[in-house]
Amino acid sequence: MLTVFYILSAITLGTAFLTILSKNPIHSAIYLVLCFFSIAGHYLLFNAQFLAIVHIIVYSGAIMILMLFTIMLMNLNKEDEQNKSVLTRFAAVIALGLVAFVLLATFIKAQPVIEGYQVSGQDYQSIKVLGKVLLNEYMVPFEFASVLLLVSMIGAVLLSKKEHINS
Amino acid sequence: METNLALLLLLAPFIGFLINVFAGKKLSGNLPGILGTVAVATSFAVTLSFFLQVSSSKEPVMIDLFEWMQLRNFKVNIAFQLDQLSLLWLMFVTGIGTLIHMYSISYMHDDENVHKFFAYLNLFVFFMITLVMGSNLLIMFIGWEGVGLCSYLLIGFWYKNHDYNDAAKKAFIMNRIGDLGFLIGIFILGFIFNSLDYTVIRTAIESGKLLQPSWGISIAALCLFIGACGKSAQIPLYTWLPDAMAGPTPVSALIHAATMVTAGIFMITRLNFLFDLAPEVQNIIAIVGAVTSLIAASIGLIQNDIKKVLAYSTVSQLGLMFLALGLGAYQIAVFHVITHAFFKACLFLGSGSVIHAMHGEQDMRYMGGLRKVMKVTFITFLISTLAISGLPPFSGFFSKDEILMTAFHDNKPLWVIGSVASIMTAFYMFRLLYLTFYKDFRGTEEQKKHLHESPGLITFPLIVLAILALVGGAISLPGNSWLNEYLAPVIAKQSEHHHMGTTEYMLMGVAIIGAFIGIGLAYAKYIKQSSVPGQDSEITGFAKVLYNKFYVDEIYTALIVKPIYALGSFFKNAIEVAISGFIFGLGKLANVLGTEGKTLQNGSIGFYLFAFVLGICSIIVYIFLAK
Amino acid sequence: MENILQQIGIENYIYLSTLLFCVGVFGVLFRRNAIVMFMSIEIMLNAVNLLLVAFSTYHQDAAGQVFVFFSMAVAAAEVAVGLAILVAIYRNLNNIDIDSLKKLKG
Repeated sequence: MLTVFYILSAITLGTAFLTILSKNPIHSAIYLVLCFFSIAGHYLLFNAQFLAIVHIIVYSGAIMILMLFTIMLMNLNKEDEQNKSVLTRFAAVIALGLVAFVLLATFIKAQPVIEGYQVSGQDYQSIKVLGKVLLNEYMVPFEFASVLLLVSMIGAVLLSKKEHINS
Repeated sequence: METNLALLLLLAPFIGFLINVFAGKKLSGNLPGILGTVAVATSFAVTLSFFLQVSSSKEPVMIDLFEWMQLRNFKVNIAFQLDQLSLLWLMFVTGIGTLIHMYSISYMHDDENVHKFFAYLNLFVFFMITLVMGSNLLIMFIGWEGVGLCSYLLIGFWYKNHDYNDAAKKAFIMNRIGDLGFLIGIFILGFIFNSLDYTVIRTAIESGKLLQPSWGISIAALCLFIGACGKSAQIPLYTWLPDAMAGPTPVSALIHAATMVTAGIFMITRLNFLFDLAPEVQNIIAIVGAVTSLIAASIGLIQNDIKKVLAYSTVSQLGLMFLALGLGAYQIAVFHVITHAFFKACLFLGSGSVIHAMHGEQDMRYMGGLRKVMKVTFITFLISTLAISGLPPFSGFFSKDEILMTAFHDNKPLWVIGSVASIMTAFYMFRLLYLTFYKDFRGTEEQKKHLHESPGLITFPLIVLAILALVGGAISLPGNSWLNEYLAPVIAKQSEHHHMGTTEYMLMGVAIIGAFIGIGLAYAKYIKQSSVPGQDSEITGFAKVLYNKFYVDEIYTALIVKPIYALGSFFKNAIEVAISGFIFGLGKLANVLGTEGKTLQNGSIGFYLFAFVLGICSIIVYIFLAK
Repeated sequence: MENILQQIGIENYIYLSTLLFCVGVFGVLFRRNAIVMFMSIEIMLNAVNLLLVAFSTYHQDAAGQVFVFFSMAVAAAEVAVGLAILVAIYRNLNNIDIDSLKKLKG
């Protein structure tokens, strides 16, 4: 199992890096899809089937297709992006180091709090249980999520509509 | 009926004021003056009717108009009281007021603002009546402040002259100091007695039920005396009165000699039952009065301005009245107030007549010989001078002699001071008389040509006042005093009657001899030697100190004005600069921060994100790692 | 029931998520292309989601997974609106280089 984890982790981090470093946005998108699949693999390792499925559907299926579609629409599939200035890139690397250092230091400091893991044997992540929790305890946020999606849909339509006032 | 009459008495001058102030400009010629005179004469007539009524019935007339304010059980009414004391005061306020109004018609004839003058004069009479008639301290205070205001307006009547404005301001500010004392005294009395009504306070004191220890009353009495000091020009607040001579001469006669300056004496007499409870304050009053009398008389010895001499003489005479008050001889003080009102008004009006003839010249060094051209003025002036110098049978003799007699019985050092002041008075008054009316004319030829006797409107009041100055003493002859009996209901503690024995006659003799010494000295110097006071620069030695009024103004300037200026400039130059520097510094800092911070908003999203990441990092470090 | 955490340990997931998040941050700062920056944001969101699932398993609590579900919904909404904005920008500027968006300069 540990081997599987390492392989999956390597794929995740690797494709994430490639996403960022690829010159062509199309390539970035495809690497990102791979990255999402590997994360879905992590979910499966946790035995969280519902999330794994939803993740693939939402991210790889919906979001990434939307992105690819946009890239195609805007005709951005060329490697014409100019690099940022050296200073900016240097600053980005510094920020990366800084964030990594700070977060890792925080977690390492938090290590003593984390106790050994015990299995209680309860079922807590089958679709059945999740559905009950979602529709009992988190009923109201669930409904709000639907409203949010509706609003964002309307917003997206409004924003991308061609404006006829000026033209 | 009584209420209506009293309101007429009170409001007639006020109506005169309203008409003159709003329509006076349109009235032509002497009309504003006639109007003002009629208004005051109306008051005088009503006063006379009340005076006769109260004289016969002995019952005061009380008029309660309406409630002014109520604070829990503390109540102040707009109420008036016409008793013996206030009627006596009203008599000479409105009486002399009428004469002086009449005089002013002619005197102010050429002034373009004559309607304003009469408006102020009427307003003054109105406030003076309020002061005298009120039946509680708060109404007296209204009148008190009102006459102060009118005094200010009238001293600065010729407002185009800067010095006159300064004199007006000085009078106003000096009076404010006293008024603060008066107000504090009122507050203390209100606190102690829960009322400001004279009758209530008197009943409370006479029933012996005092809620507070007597030092409360002493402090109140002292505060009231400070108020009286300011209004009646006593040490240390007297310096405004000589400067107040900047006003037109009728004003000096009415306000700064006969009526307003006696308000302090009225107030103390009104509250005599209160001052009786505070012997220590009475002592202070007596000493202050005697010392003021002496100092003012000594300054008066050497002044050259005819009105300044009279002003210092007024301060000196007021000092004598306070001496009497301090000795508990309220009737005698009132007696002197009345006689003084007669002869001092006459003197001031006479000097006004002289100044009128001299076309505004007030310096006695440039007068002389006026006896021949201004006969009426001279004779009336002579009578009044004899009265103030204390020669029998003129009125001033009786009142002054009574004061000195009382002083002799109670406190010999004060008697000595008072007697010396009297001798000085005789000297400087005759010096004034000789320099002005005797010998040859010393002014310019131009002035000499125009010398003339004043018209009838000016001489008539002079004659009336001179007659009063001559016979005024009759109201309180030694041994048989009508005034004492008349005032008996108002004065709580009757002063013991002096038996007219050998001592008394001897004292009279001493006083007369003293007066003759003063007159003789003046005669020797100014008639025999024909000396005329030299120019300012020639004065040396102690005379110079006297001529400069003991440098009191300079001392006040050095002790009070300069430190306040210094404090003010310190606050202005140091504190304000520091504070405003700090405030402006904050503003500048914000400005600089804004200008510099503006460049942070450079529109580069990359930079914003970088800053955002740094911010998140520092927040995490602060929350999770720093502790 | 066997659990993955017994073999792998929660620390490894923490490190993985942290690194993934850092990669996302780096991407946002490093690139000029707005779409790639968007993708970096998605990477960051996923790093957090992964950690949430890990701790949900660790605490054996379904709430964590429900939260991930909501987070996905929000991400979907965000991408929809964000891409719409990008389209609008592209229409106006003919590119989506963030360095050319300097209108915010004060």
